[in-house]
Formats: sequence, structure tokens, C-alpha cells
Amino acid sequence: MERPTSLQAQAPSLTRKDFVSDQDVRWCPGCGDYAILAQVQKVMPELGIPKENIVFVSGIGCSSRFPYYMNTYGFHSIHGRAPGIATGIKASNPALSVWVITGDGDGLSIGGNHLIHALRRNVDLKIILFNNRIYGLTKGQYSPTSEFGKKTKSTPMGSIDNPIHPLCVALAAEATFVARSVDRHTEHLAATIERAARHQGSAFVEVFQNCNIFNDGAFDAFLEKPVRDDRTVVLAHGKPLIFGKERDKGIRLRGTELEVVQIGEGINEADLLVHNEHADSPNLAYMIARMEYPGYPVPLGVLRDVRKPTYEALLEGQIRTAVQRSGEGSLEALLNTGETWLID
Amino acid sequence: MSSPTLIEREVKKEIQELETVTIRFAGDSGDGMQLTGTQFTNTTALVGNDLSTLPDFPAEIRAPAGTLPGVSGFQVSFSRRDIRTPGDEPDVLVAMNPAALKVNLPDLTPGGLLILNLDAFTDINLKKAGYTSNPTEDGALAAYRVFKIPVTSVNRSALKEIELPSKEIDRCKNFWALGLMYWLYDRPLAPTLKWIESKFSRIPEVAKANALALRAGYAYGDMSELFHTHYRVRKAMIEPGKYRNITGNEATALGFIAASKLAGRPLFYASYPITPASDILHELARHKNFGVKTFQAEDEIAAMTAAIGAAFAGDLGLTGTSGPGLALKSEGLGLAVMTELPVVVIDVQRGGPSTGLPTKTEQADLLQAVYGRNSECPLPVLAPATPGDCFHMAIEAFRIAVKYMTPVIYLSDGYLGNGAEPWRIPDVGHLPKIDVRFRTDPEGFWPYLRDERTLARPWAIPGTPGLEHRIGGLEKQNVKGNVSYDPDNHELMIRLRAEKVARIAEDIPEAEIFGEDHGKLLVVGWGGTHGAITSAVERMQQRGVPVSSVHLRYLNPFPRNLGAVLSGFEKIVVAELNLGQLALMLRARFLLDAISFSKMKGKPFKIVELTRKMEEVLES
Repeated sequence: MERPTSLQAQAPSLTRKDFVSDQDVRWCPGCGDYAILAQVQKVMPELGIPKENIVFVSGIGCSSRFPYYMNTYGFHSIHGRAPGIATGIKASNPALSVWVITGDGDGLSIGGNHLIHALRRNVDLKIILFNNRIYGLTKGQYSPTSEFGKKTKSTPMGSIDNPIHPLCVALAAEATFVARSVDRHTEHLAATIERAARHQGSAFVEVFQNCNIFNDGAFDAFLEKPVRDDRTVVLAHGKPLIFGKERDKGIRLRGTELEVVQIGEGINEADLLVHNEHADSPNLAYMIARMEYPGYPVPLGVLRDVRKPTYEALLEGQIRTAVQRSGEGSLEALLNTGETWLID
Repeated sequence: MSSPTLIEREVKKEIQELETVTIRFAGDSGDGMQLTGTQFTNTTALVGNDLSTLPDFPAEIRAPAGTLPGVSGFQVSFSRRDIRTPGDEPDVLVAMNPAALKVNLPDLTPGGLLILNLDAFTDINLKKAGYTSNPTEDGALAAYRVFKIPVTSVNRSALKEIELPSKEIDRCKNFWALGLMYWLYDRPLAPTLKWIESKFSRIPEVAKANALALRAGYAYGDMSELFHTHYRVRKAMIEPGKYRNITGNEATALGFIAASKLAGRPLFYASYPITPASDILHELARHKNFGVKTFQAEDEIAAMTAAIGAAFAGDLGLTGTSGPGLALKSEGLGLAVMTELPVVVIDVQRGGPSTGLPTKTEQADLLQAVYGRNSECPLPVLAPATPGDCFHMAIEAFRIAVKYMTPVIYLSDGYLGNGAEPWRIPDVGHLPKIDVRFRTDPEGFWPYLRDERTLARPWAIPGTPGLEHRIGGLEKQNVKGNVSYDPDNHELMIRLRAEKVARIAEDIPEAEIFGEDHGKLLVVGWGGTHGAITSAVERMQQRGVPVSSVHLRYLNPFPRNLGAVLSGFEKIVVAELNLGQLALMLRARFLLDAISFSKMKGKPFKIVELTRKMEEVLES
């Protein structure tokens, strides 16, 4: 059979409903996963990709049930290994739009190695990491993103592990697209997912996702409506980092550190750090990624968006070059390579 | 005139005919013994002898020079007859230093030829090898025909015109020794001269030095009064056809490329470097013009799962490893069983457990391959019998994987992988076809709707309109493929997966008996021990002792006639390089009192070990 040659091959106009599978969704009522599913299903028709060319791959955990609810091709694999499966799929058929749905345990604990290697290779995968800072499906143990000292079933005296920063991991792997959004910020989430989808290369999106059963309100300290504007900063390319209900606070680069400044008192917009998603070096993005409440506002939006050749394009390129150089492989010739002799 | 040339011309050198010769080259791991052995092998193949090789090298890249652990050896047996093993014991030992002598002398046949580099027998080297007195002087070598040659110094004097540092000159001494062996066994220099020319084309001075060393070694044999006789082994009488030399790992790589061609689907090979399987990755990476995609994964698990992903998307998904890597791939294999996808896993077995003996051979992953996963997780297991058979079994692995939609394990071993033999190049037109049928029709499609005969589910690859579906590691509802926790469905699915693999027995060749189909003793083996077992049984048969053998290339399921075959014999000996894993399987399956014959030394069976065991069993 013929394979599609491009993602946009005669895309019929689809609607959100076309991407809803016939399976009952089995997350806990009130789980942040519902909101993420809804936004992904909303964005899909916008991309103009026929649904048979879309594959959702996941590992294990609450978030990893996601593929069952998408009426596309789907693969619910084993714990932490979705990037491996997805890499095989994408290398096998680069025309497919391949998504990885993972969580903080799946993607950063058991599967941390696969995540960084998929990102550093720049395989054209869209990786969405649902970060709820807890193990939900195993009923409430601390996760690699849980805060130091967190009390859970497995840490009754408090966690003594330092948490890992998902964005920092992605940037350290030099991922070409790195962003963060929030389950309940529906518009921001949809826009971020769409940008990730349109990026050519690996795209990593961390989504703050509330687990209302085992870690309810994990992000309330900076995401609750009354405080949100003062405790988060929404990044925009080419714009200075300004935040606050009154938009009166900003981020300035001082020496090798970022600092929060009050605009007005001798400081104006021109003194602030201007966000550049396309910077070749990930250094500034890394500094921004490290901003945490309470010392800093929590950054939301796209931290990095650069273009580099994708893994699968390079792989196919080598095959094309090899065929140009040596011709399409002949089995007959291959078997007869080297010194041969006749016995009669 | 004391010119040696004039004196030597007086000496008439005899030529003596031999049937089979086994030579072992041994030296420091930096002495180029593997290269020397390989060159001797290639030239010997071109002369038309049948041959078999056994490289034996340390896991360390450069163990301390001159020490026992640093000794590297290469054994080659060649014959005018059809032979199947690299020989039990060498007739000839070339030892480049005292450590090489110490490690290898116990294997040399009494009366065998011993060629020593006398220059290397210095006090310091003798001490490193643990000798308290010099064996070249103390009579320790009296049982052998010893040729003490100052190889280092005669090589230096032969190469005195060459403008290279003395260290480089000394590195050529393996070619000098090779040249001498070419004279001694009447082989042409041309193939190695040609190889030197192309290998060192960018460093002409090195090419010149090696070529000169080779010729000098040859001339030394011809001229020196040390040697009165040289030997000839005539062309072998083997099946007519076009031949080439091949190692098991090469044949494996070529077999999987052939499978890709025969299936009309690209090969996707994901692997993490591991001894002794890495050569397969290297070989496949060289053949991208066949559309082969090679992926050096970040670990064994990623290699396994990437191969599964590729299979899901319609490529021939392949991964390769050795025992420790197979352990890491177990969970992925379970997923491939659950999702019923055609991936093949190569395990080039090595000594274990754990890191074990990376460069030595063993057959102790059989139970891991057949049973080593959580729950009931059946999959077909195949094992090539000879280096050349690796080619055919690779094709067979994908024929089965694709037809039955199942993962398959292909159990090679270090002996097959690194060992070489002349291989009759198959006619491409006669290779089996691999029939790939992707499901395209959405009408009546269900992901787990099975073919009535094979029980295979459809291969429905992403990109096919109307077949969007979800698979995964959770238990599947029969036919529809949705997640199901229904108890009856679970048991049904467990039984269906087992039945699917069991039915493959109807689609593989019956076990062939070597010898009579009934009698007192049957020797059963599998995989890489084929050469030694068959040769040993043949030797018994030639002595008039009625012994038969059966060699299994299919370990799960077993050939359908195996039970009947086993029932024709009073005694069954199962010979394998483990503590009785196939014996355990045969006892469990056929309720028979099989006698296990084990060897766990990181080395293949010797023919004599097997004949001795047969004699013992027959006498008891």
C-alpha cells in the first residue's frame, strides 16, 4: 500500500468529534487530564492532518491512558518507554505525526533516559508531559518533581529527594522546542499545543496538571486566580518579561542572575530582559526555566523554539546518499561481495 | 662464500600431503593475531580447503603486554575433507611470546609443531608469564617439534631499508610469521599482498613494510635449513558451487537484509553496542543503500522498544544483543507478545551470568529466551546451527514473525558469531518469499480478529485510513482489542497466544536424524554445537558404533516429529554449553530420562569430549 507522502495529504475537514474515540474516559472526576484531552482534541482538526496519519504513544500512568481516548492510531506501551516506541514509529514512517503523552514519573523517573535522548536527537515528536508532582495510578507516592520534604505514603517523614525540573532537563538535552502551560488555562494550553504541533523537531511541553485526589492544589500557590498574575510570567517572543496584575514588575538580567524589579522606580521597560525564543544558545532559556515561586514568578509559555535538522530527515538523507553513491542495493551483488571461489 | 642462499640450494625441501591441519596463532592482544588468523583463513578458503575458525581473545582491549590475560589466539582448521569444527587440538602452535606459549601449550597435540619467537623469551617476559626457568632451554618442550626463530630480529634485518620507527617495524612481525606459515603450508602470498595494498593505501611505507615482512617470512622458510619439509592440503571435495568465507555475525546481517528484500519492507535495526553482537550493527550500518535504517539506541530497552515501534509502523523491526541485553529487553518482549507485533530479537549468547565472559561462547540463554518473561509469554525461538546457517535462519525468523504476527528470538552465540567457514552462496531466486499483507480494508476490521489458520491478527499500520485503533500492554478483549479485565476473556487470550505459537510446529521442518532412526543412543544438540556433535557422531559411526544425532534449530515450538524421533532410542544424551537447559525442556515435555552432558568453559565442545561421553553412556 502507498504511504502518505505529506502530513497534509488531502486532509478532509475534521471536527473535534472526529478525534473522540468510543472509549469511556476513566480518569477521576475533576482530574486535570480532562482539560488537556479536550484541548488536544480541539487543536487536532486545526492542524489539517488526516487522523490516520496521527499516532499517540504513551507509557504507564494516569496520563498514559490518553491514547485510548483519541480516535487516531494509538499505542499504550510500557513504563517510561514511549519515546523509544515513538522514535521507531517516526523513523519508520516520517510522514506520521507522532505524539508522546507522558507524566512526571513516566517521563522523568523510569523513562528519564529515553526522554533526554529523544530530545537531543531532535526526533520530530510532540512530547506532552503532564506534571502533577505525584504518582497517581499507584495511589500517592512522591514523584521526581515532588518538592523536597513532601509527605506522601512512601515518605511519611518527608521526601529527602531534590526535585528535578522538567524544563531544565529538556533544555539541557538541547530540545529545539520547550514550553510550559497549565491544564486549566485552556486558551494558553491550546495555543501552546498547536505551536508544538507545528514545530519541526522534538517539541517538549510541560503541563501543570492538578491531581485532585493525591496532590490537590499543588500549583495553587501561584496559579489561583487572585495571585496568578503576580506569581507567574507569561513569555512572549521579542517582549520584555513583565508581570503583575498592574504589569508593574519585570525580570532583569544582572550579572549572571535574573532579578525581579519594580518598574517605575528608576527602572523602565528598556532595562528588562527581552525574551528571545530563537536564541541559538539555551542559556537564557535555562535561567528562565529555573525561576520558581516564591523567589520569582513561574514562567509560562514557549521558552525555546529553534530549527535544526530532524533525526528522521538525517536518517533518510543518509539512505538517499548511500543509494546515490552505490546504487540501490542488489542482494545478488551483496552475497557475492569479497573474495569468492568456485568448486566444481 | 658463506652465502646462505648457496647452502640452502643444496637442501632439497620435501612436500608432504596432509588431510587436515589445525593451526593456532597466539600472541599478545596487541600482536595482531586476529588479523594474522583471518588472513590465513581467507587465503586458505581461496585455495579451496574446507575450514572452520575459532577466534579466542580477551575482553580487555589491551591487557598489560606480555601477561597471561593479554593473550589472544586464533585457531583455524583446514582440510581436504568436509569439516565442521575448528579442531579439538592444534597440530601447530605459533607462539609470539612466553605468555602465549604458557596459555596455549597444554592444547598442542604431542609431537605437534611449535614455532616460537625466541626474541620474546626475555627474562622479563618469562617472569610476566610466570615461568621460573626458560622453557626453550630447560627441556620442557621435548614432546614437540620446536622451531626457535628470532622473529623480531630477522624481521628487523629484512626491513632494514624501510624508513619507519623501530616500533612500527616490529609491528610487522605478525606478517613475517604469516609469511612463514604460508610457505610451510604451501599457500599463495597474493591474496594477503592485495589486502595489504588496499588496507594501507594511504600509508605506502607501512604497506611496503608489511608486504616485505610477509615475503621475508616466506623466503625464510624456503631458505633456512631449519625446515626440511613443507606441507600441502589439497582442495576439499565439497558441494559444487560458488563459495565465500563468512562469519556467523556477517551471515546474520546479510540474512536480515535478505529478509527485508524478500518481504519488500525496510529493515529497521535498533541496537546498543554489546560484545559479541556489535559486528551485526557495524555490518548493517554499511548497507544503507538497501534502505536499512540503523539506530544506535541509548540503551537495550530503547533498542527493543524502537524496534517494536518500527514494527507497528510497518518496517521489519529488529534488535540485537547478547545475554545481559536480552534480560533488559524482557519487558519489551512481553509488550510485543501482548500487542502481537512482528519483531525479531537477536541474542548472540556469551558466557554469563551478569557480565560473565563477554568474548567467550555459551548456550545458557535458552531458558531465558523461551521462558524468561513475566506471566505466560510464549514466543518462537530459533537457533542457527552453523555460521552459514545464520543467513537462512535470519530469513526464517522474519518469515515466522510476519506470518504469525509474533516476536521471535534468534539465538546465535559467540562461537557462531565470530567463527568463519566457507559458505556456498545461495541462489537469490531460490530464497523463500516473505509474504507481507497489510490490512487496508476497514470493512469488518478489528485489531484482534484472527486468521483462522495461523491465528495471526491483522497488521494494520498507521497511515491506513479507516483502521485507526489503539493497542497496548493491557489485556485485550478478544477480537475488538479494547482493554478488558474480564476473567474469561483473559484466560481465552492467554490460551490463544499460546496456541498461535504452538501451531507454528506445523509450518517448520521436521527434525532430521543423522544416522539410523532407532537404536541405543541418540545425541540431541541445538544451535552452535552442530559441527562438534555431528563430527563426533560421524566418528562413532565410522568406527561401526551405531549412534545417531538430532540437531534442533527450532526450540519453541519443537519440530512436530520430535517426540516420535526421541522414542526410537534407548538412551538420549543432550549435549549443550549450559547446565542442561534443553535437557530440562525435553524431560518436561516428553517425560523422558534424558542424560545431560554439559560444558561451561566458555569454549565449544571438542569432538573427543563428545565421543568419550558416548562411549561412557554406551558402556554403562
